[in-house]
Amino acid sequence: MGVLTPELLANIGKAAPPRTEVVTRRDIRKYAIATNQRQRKYLDGDEAPPLYHVALFWDVVELGELTPDGVSIDALLPKFPLDKAMAGGLNITYHDRMRPGDVLVGERTLTDIYEKEGRSGPLIFYEVVLEVRRQDGSPVITEKTTRILR
Amino acid sequence: MSKLRVAALQPGDELPAQIHKPDNVQLFFYNAALWNAHRIHYDLPYATDVEGYPGLVIAGPLLGDWLGQCVEAWLGEAGELVNLEYSNRGAAYIGETLTAAGAVEAVDAAKGEVTLALHIRNEAGDIITPGRALVRLHG
Repeated sequence: MGVLTPELLANIGKAAPPRTEVVTRRDIRKYAIATNQRQRKYLDGDEAPPLYHVALFWDVVELGELTPDGVSIDALLPKFPLDKAMAGGLNITYHDRMRPGDVLVGERTLTDIYEKEGRSGPLIFYEVVLEVRRQDGSPVITEKTTRILR
Repeated sequence: MSKLRVAALQPGDELPAQIHKPDNVQLFFYNAALWNAHRIHYDLPYATDVEGYPGLVIAGPLLGDWLGQCVEAWLGEAGELVNLEYSNRGAAYIGETLTAAGAVEAVDAAKGEVTLALHIRNEAGDIITPGRALVRLHG
């Protein structure tokens, strides 16, 4: 007997509205300093480090939209019957690099929901794919996030 | 460091390790750069009393960034990062010294591609963030 209902599984394929963001030297520099980056091209903001897209496409939410623990609610996700987050993982494929002045479009899609039986009960897995492209559609980054709930 | 060549690489070759000891200021900057307000990263009473953590939690994707840095420091201008994957299996806390390291796992000389096994290890010796990268060398 599973915890995933047909109604929950019907959310697979749901996409969030695309977001367009501008890469700036100032933001790259802040990110590079914050990550203890050692390469000068990143500290100077000439190019963005490989994980910079994580900051660029993190949701900018208003104070009233935060839960009491300071987390923003991801509108792409349904209400799952399990809510304790366990390990998460990222798988990132690079097609191109990010530089100051780039205008990038990010589109997130909920690509899978499935469950497995863990040692202490059911586990829900879900996957969200973020496609980062240029405005002409050429791919820059494909990122798949996998999260586990218990 | 001399330029890496795919023909000279073999499984087991180690990447130079990088040490990180993040403090409150660095973690503040990191979460500000993301716009991440999760209290476990800056509100010590909340992190310990409410969530039961031993301290302020290092943000998961920061550990992933350090794996990327470890790869790129080794790679230099000899090639490019094609894929990076990692999994946040265990938490790390402010005050800990963390080591990003890795080794060559496989070499595909025909394609010029090298697979690297990566990890973040804490002071207790536990691998808290295992990962893997695929790089393509120019020569």
